[in-house]
Amino acid sequence: MENILSVRGLKVDIPLAAGTLHAVRGIDFEVRRGETLCVVGESGSGKSLTSLAIMGLLPKQAQRSADRLDFAGVDLQHASNRDMRKLRGDRISMIFQEPMTSLNPAYTIGDQLTEALLLHRKVGKAAARNRAIELLEKVGITAAASRMKQYPHQLSGGLRQRVMIAMALMCEPDLIIADEPTTALDVTIQAQILRLLKDLQRELNMAMILITHDLGVVARVADKVAIMYAGEMVEAGTVNEVFTEPRHPYTRGLLRCIPVPGRTKAGEHLGSIPGIVPSLIGNMPGCAFRSRCDEAIPACAADIPKRLSSSGHLYRCVHDYGPLSSLSSSSGLQAKSGEA
Amino acid sequence: MSVPVLELENVSKTFSIKQGIFGKRKELKAVDHLNLSLEKGEVLGLVGESGCGKSTLARILLGLESPTQGRVLVDGEDITTRDRSYLARRIQPIFQDPYSSLNPRKTIADIISLPLRVHKVGASRDWDKQTSDILDVVGLPQRVLRSYPSQLSGGQRQRVAIARALIMKPEIVICDEPTSALDVSVQSQILNLLSDLRDELGLTYLFISHNLAVVEHLATRVAVMYLGRIVEEAKASALFAGPDHPYTSALLESVLTPDPSLGVPDTQLGAVFPNPINPPSGCHFHPRCPKVMDICSQKAPEMVLRDGKRIECHLFAPEAVSA
Ligand SMILES: Nc1ncnc2c1ncn2[C@@H]1O[C@H](COP(=O)(O)OP(=O)(O)O)[C@@H](O)[C@H]1O
Ligand SMILES: Nc1ncnc2c1ncn2[C@@H]1O[C@H](COP(=O)(O)OP(=O)(O)O)[C@@H](O)[C@H]1O
Ligand SMILES: [Mg+2]
Ligand SMILES: [Mg+2]
Repeated sequence: MENILSVRGLKVDIPLAAGTLHAVRGIDFEVRRGETLCVVGESGSGKSLTSLAIMGLLPKQAQRSADRLDFAGVDLQHASNRDMRKLRGDRISMIFQEPMTSLNPAYTIGDQLTEALLLHRKVGKAAARNRAIELLEKVGITAAASRMKQYPHQLSGGLRQRVMIAMALMCEPDLIIADEPTTALDVTIQAQILRLLKDLQRELNMAMILITHDLGVVARVADKVAIMYAGEMVEAGTVNEVFTEPRHPYTRGLLRCIPVPGRTKAGEHLGSIPGIVPSLIGNMPGCAFRSRCDEAIPACAADIPKRLSSSGHLYRCVHDYGPLSSLSSSSGLQAKSGEA
Repeated sequence: MSVPVLELENVSKTFSIKQGIFGKRKELKAVDHLNLSLEKGEVLGLVGESGCGKSTLARILLGLESPTQGRVLVDGEDITTRDRSYLARRIQPIFQDPYSSLNPRKTIADIISLPLRVHKVGASRDWDKQTSDILDVVGLPQRVLRSYPSQLSGGQRQRVAIARALIMKPEIVICDEPTSALDVSVQSQILNLLSDLRDELGLTYLFISHNLAVVEHLATRVAVMYLGRIVEEAKASALFAGPDHPYTSALLESVLTPDPSLGVPDTQLGAVFPNPINPPSGCHFHPRCPKVMDICSQKAPEMVLRDGKRIECHLFAPEAVSA
């Protein structure tokens, strides 16, 4: 299938008094039409800056560079501000974790929902309004018609988040970038919203980049997974490859940290990753994870090989953890929990 | 052997809410005629959607909020007859947000030792020693004593919050979403620490979390809350193996276990959490319930004891079961 987004060697640098902060340090990935890529990593690993870099919405002081940054044939590095605005309203939408960053306090929910549709598509006012109400209902907002007249501050945080999700879907974009969209929501609402996103994605053949630190969400919605650590992509592959044959010590560490009914025993110690993320200021030769890695050896301070299977399963580590296969579903590394 | 260290007897908490500038005051029942007891040594998990009253319940148990109705008993005695210092030595909280719950202008040493100074525990010459000892207990290096909260990582700050709670040597710790703001690698460290501390110090926990996998991992008993009421309560193993209340089932179904062979579940919960100012009639859950019956909108269900579980649902009312 055709790539909708293609990223090569993306870097984001932020000059600070103490030196340059290399927040994103040369990452590569592709997203195809209709596909979901989940980006996982702990806070500070560069997930949000990666998505802002694609959207052209980086903070002023941040500098972006890339060997390639291509969205549906458009070179985003050379697109004008005007072109970017058009793309953002119409073909790429973003859902932020904090809804007030994208809702304007001075306009009603209804105005904000219909604005992009009226601006970019030849749609009448009544049709736009109907579409907005329909989407508000789909994201679980009751009395949708009366909500249209309300202002963002009149809604609770959970409702605002759902309004923003509805807003991102209004134009039926080709790509949705969702940065922790359900992190602050209840599990019940989370399941509903993820289902809605998946259904609409299928219906409209939308691609989605979903940023999350919730490995349960990743397992259930991702086609592909990218694991980020300290601004680098340390492992990437299909969701099956990453969950059943995780290779990078960081990925394996993360998977051991979460309680999984049927696999971890109640009350027993969970796995953990001691230590903290290193400072991203200045050059960082070698593997950024080595200070926390119990498999680290002196060679980890030098160049790190990139290991890649024919199916695209990738990890960066001095250790060779055996051949990567694309036949991963039969692996017994992770016991099936056997329940929904 | 079951000794309740903390009990709620028919406790309600009603807030008076004003809607808009000219709006009339309305009553919001955050906790509604609730009975619950916490037994020595157990970990009682409290789960339910946001707004159902979990934090209000926690604040009532901590004596930070007084109930509109009903009684709170600490070691069998009415909480209102106990002074603050006694309570502080028995019950301590750990809250969700290690960023906002620590005073940014105070050093870690000041933050951790504050309860000792406020409640004048022991001799002041011992306070430094106690503060430095508790750091070892929660796994923090001594050098953080002179640091400020902003200089610590999220996980370290949550350890400071735990140290501050434990310095009073309480027996009961009320944890309100203690790991929700943390990265998974840090969350697992804090969960391991909480479970070690429970073993070493014989602590009793009320553990509030919206992460049901975490509750299943830690809790010995679980109470499920919906709009101010406990709708199901059971031993953790029994509740997770076979939930009875349709709401508990829906909650458990929405948990996303990290199994890539499964998709996103359809919980059929449809409509959203109701407005607590205007709760649905009868059983509050009936508008969202996939098993709703005629009676559910007409009459609130009675509490039923069944196979060691406690449940409030018309499906399990004696007349429904025998019919
Ligand atoms: N405007 C900014 N100024 C300085 N540093 C920033 C700014 N935005 C982000 N950073 C830093 O860049 C790194 C990556 O941030 P971010 O992409 O937000 O991480 P994530 O989304 O994975 O938590 C972090 O160390 C963060 O502190
Ligand atoms: N001080 C207060 N004043 C008015 N309403 C409150 C207050 N505290 C909580 N509430 C309301 O009580 C209900 C329960 O809140 P809370 O106990 O925080 O729920 P939870 O912790 O389960 O999310 C909510 O509807 C909330 O808005
Ligand atoms: Mg982020
Ligand atoms: Mg709460």
